[in-house]
Amino acid sequence: MKIKVFAVAVLLSCLPGLPSWAQSKFLTRTGSITFFSATPIEDIQAVNQQVGAAVDVASGQVAFTVPMKSFKFPKSLMQEHFNENYVESEKYPKATFSGKLVNWTAASLTPAGSQAVQVEGDLTIHGVTKRVRVPGTLEKQGNRLVVKSKFAVAPADYNIEIPLLVRNQIAKSVDVTVNLACEPTP
Amino acid sequence: MPSLLSFRRAAGFLATACTLAASHVQAQDLLNQLETQTTDSLRREYVTATFKGTRVINGHSIETPGKGSMLFLISHRFGTLNSGAYEFFGLDQATIRLGLEYGLNDQLAVGIGRSSLEKTYDGFVKYKALRQSSGPRPMPVSVTLLATTAVSTLKFQPEPERSTTSRFTYSYQALLARKFSSNLSVQLMPTLIHRNYVDLRRDENNVYAIGAAGRQKLTKRLALTAEYYYLLPGNTADDYRNSLALGFDIETGGHVFQLHFTNSQGMIEKFFVPQTTGNFFDGDIYFGFNISRAFQLRSQE
Repeated sequence: MKIKVFAVAVLLSCLPGLPSWAQSKFLTRTGSITFFSATPIEDIQAVNQQVGAAVDVASGQVAFTVPMKSFKFPKSLMQEHFNENYVESEKYPKATFSGKLVNWTAASLTPAGSQAVQVEGDLTIHGVTKRVRVPGTLEKQGNRLVVKSKFAVAPADYNIEIPLLVRNQIAKSVDVTVNLACEPTP
Repeated sequence: MPSLLSFRRAAGFLATACTLAASHVQAQDLLNQLETQTTDSLRREYVTATFKGTRVINGHSIETPGKGSMLFLISHRFGTLNSGAYEFFGLDQATIRLGLEYGLNDQLAVGIGRSSLEKTYDGFVKYKALRQSSGPRPMPVSVTLLATTAVSTLKFQPEPERSTTSRFTYSYQALLARKFSSNLSVQLMPTLIHRNYVDLRRDENNVYAIGAAGRQKLTKRLALTAEYYYLLPGNTADDYRNSLALGFDIETGGHVFQLHFTNSQGMIEKFFVPQTTGNFFDGDIYFGFNISRAFQLRSQE
């Protein structure tokens, strides 16, 4: 009888998504990503507050999904151009990232204070996937996991074409700031 | 109990193997899982940029300037192409309308304008009543309501002077549009023009028309546009022609250029709906352009 119960428990634990290792997963649907393009002519900043992100601190897996239409610009025409002409949001509605914390084990997470990490994975923007490695920090705040990262993206790397006329107004390399407060999730 | 022990050992090994395998599968699935949990079907999304500008060609499109955005519009029509070499095929003559439009919020806009034709001032209120959207309870079409007033300030000849009220014309439109794909948008425009004063007993004070317009993108920044107003049967339809216009939208950064050919000379509803006289296929074609420049006066936030 004992054996049977144990065997069932073992088999059950093989099914993915059960609470046994669920405590290691953190998720948010309202993360924020800001990008900033600085040129002598014009500074452009856009904020997205609807970033979906998941971090599994046991396996070190990190995933992002960014609805492109949710980027808010100070000028409505900028927002229209961003969606219509540059990232083509109707064709490519989302940017995604799927990667892994570098040199990570389940024990790596420190219980308090911010810790610097590196994450490596596939960043897909405008339908183009690139392998990237970016720095960031993780911090356990209560039961939440706070994730921060700052890196640069070059629009040209993702086949985002910028017309000659506005080429001086859009930076060659755009600074991206990620700020997430992920809740533990079953 | 050796058998139990070995079973436990086997089970332990199995559990470890399962955990490893599962964590690998789980790792790959994290993005998929995330995507199902942040699925778009939960988010209502409005369709944007059904048309490039606030005008299709002569008439309004469903678009309004966004919140806090001010548009400066310069609309220009040369003379007819068939006016010959002496008039340089119409380029010697021109009528112009200057306009300003402002978005009070993302749905409500107001505008003013001045046409050189009959020295006419106009003002309008435009409201996006319904917006095409996807997600929960999707909306298949966008509907924008437009009310305009135009007042002619021409000095009347001969005397006596007419009353001020007689100078006013009103027009009302319901603009219904659907963006079928990122390239193709179609719009229908039921229209009523009310003129307080008409010259002849035969002329109608109320003129009804139905317009149809479309936009087909050729490249990301270049689109083909067409616009047609059909006058409903009546004296106006017998005496005047339906307005037809064909053109291109060209977008460059903060500007939209619209180049077009039309048989209507005026650039506001009171002219091009009930007073179009040109025969498009006889060469009574006015070449013209609209240029709009956007200025953001207040931040969107």
